[in-house]
Amino acid sequence: MVDQVVIPLLKILITLNATLVGVTFMVLLERKVIAWAQARLGPMRVGPWGVLQPIADIVKLMTKEDITPARADRWVFTLAPLVALVPALIAYAVIPFGPEVSLFGRRVTLQITDLNIGLLYIVSVASIGVYGIILAGWSSNSKFPLLASLRASAQLISYEVAVTMTLVSVIVSAGTLSMNGIVQAQLSQGVWFAFLQPLALFIYFVGGLAETNRAPFDLAEAEQELTGGFHTEYSGMRFALFFLAEYANMIVVSAVATTLFLGGWLQPFPSVQALAFLGFIPGWCWFFLKTFGFLYVFLWTRATLPRYRYDQLMRLGWKVLIPLALANLAVTGVAKVLL
Amino acid sequence: MIFGVLAALILVFGLLVVTTRNTVHGVLYLVADFLAVALLYAAMNSLFVAAIQVLVYAGGIVVLYLFVVMLVDLKRDPERVRAPGRRNAVGTFLAAAVLVELGCLGVWAALRPAAPPAAEYPGTVAEVALALYADYLIPFEVASVLLLVAMVGAILLARREI
Repeated sequence: MVDQVVIPLLKILITLNATLVGVTFMVLLERKVIAWAQARLGPMRVGPWGVLQPIADIVKLMTKEDITPARADRWVFTLAPLVALVPALIAYAVIPFGPEVSLFGRRVTLQITDLNIGLLYIVSVASIGVYGIILAGWSSNSKFPLLASLRASAQLISYEVAVTMTLVSVIVSAGTLSMNGIVQAQLSQGVWFAFLQPLALFIYFVGGLAETNRAPFDLAEAEQELTGGFHTEYSGMRFALFFLAEYANMIVVSAVATTLFLGGWLQPFPSVQALAFLGFIPGWCWFFLKTFGFLYVFLWTRATLPRYRYDQLMRLGWKVLIPLALANLAVTGVAKVLL
Repeated sequence: MIFGVLAALILVFGLLVVTTRNTVHGVLYLVADFLAVALLYAAMNSLFVAAIQVLVYAGGIVVLYLFVVMLVDLKRDPERVRAPGRRNAVGTFLAAAVLVELGCLGVWAALRPAAPPAAEYPGTVAEVALALYADYLIPFEVASVLLLVAMVGAILLARREI
């Protein structure tokens, strides 16, 4: 009873809450990091150094009027933000946050469930998220949101190919699809896959930027061209749900990159004896530190790079990243057979 | 029990797909239908097949359907069918053929001696891979060549000059 129901429910509860709190403070972090990059201070008024700004933002979003345009398709308009958010949240089910720990005399894995197809589960769940964007644009019954949602979904479909291909080369290296198994494979092979597969990490990260619609690939939200993006007609909390989904997806991309390429919850260089003293730091701390590193690069990229043009984006995806990912996969396969 | 609920859901969504007047809503019911089918696979412990069902059908093919449905001008009158009688006759014949085939399969499955118990986790990655790339390699390759031909044909139809 306790092992079957209570512990999984508690894990789900903690993961969901941690995600939502994390997302809330990601918004603050983004404003701060970009402000620092531009030699500004960022939010400073609410609480010390503006740390309570997200709470003020939430209160604002929840009390704003929630408008449905008169000519919108009411049902689909309501459904779209949920369709965007739910896949982003259920992807957390297979992410291993740490090794097995004992809490109150029980062995608990810091992972909601270890599916033997974990990575495939994340890819397939993520492929559902695109509906949120398409439906939001279509149901608004408005020009610019429709154009933006077409851009976003074409971009998502194109970059999904390259990203999935890099995931396959990691799977070939690890020999398993289970997320926990991939971490264990990096432990037993004694090397992070970032060193075996640097090209895959690069393609994955660029694809991740495109799939979460982040700068420099945020063409779906190009304000100068589209007055906002696929969520132009949304207001209040439903508008906020799209942002929750975007940030939750960023955390998923970072967490998956950590698990696949940076050894998940392993300490740095677990096979090197000289670094064994780092073992006193629990695994989940390493996991969060590495994930945070990726998230920081997301923000840093946004502060540094200007937006791509749409034809440049498509050319990069189809003519550079997909051939590179295919070549990487072929080389990985040959190396796996020969070595 | 789970099978009954999911099968009922699949049938209801299937009916909604063909009866809804708004085509975008119809495509959405199709997504729901495919997700219910994926749940059915998952309930049978075929997690790999379930994930592929979501990835390929719900997350891939239907997105393209939705594109087409959203961009096609639905206010235009449908093109006139040259021989509606013939079309209806062919449609009825094909539907009847599928029904008879399914019925035969059902009867055959019921009469056949009980199948050997499936492996504990049927449809894991390794099993599917062995079936595709070892036992049924030639049909698999033939099917992929067929898909390639379809792709080349689509490009040929879509491009005016080559």
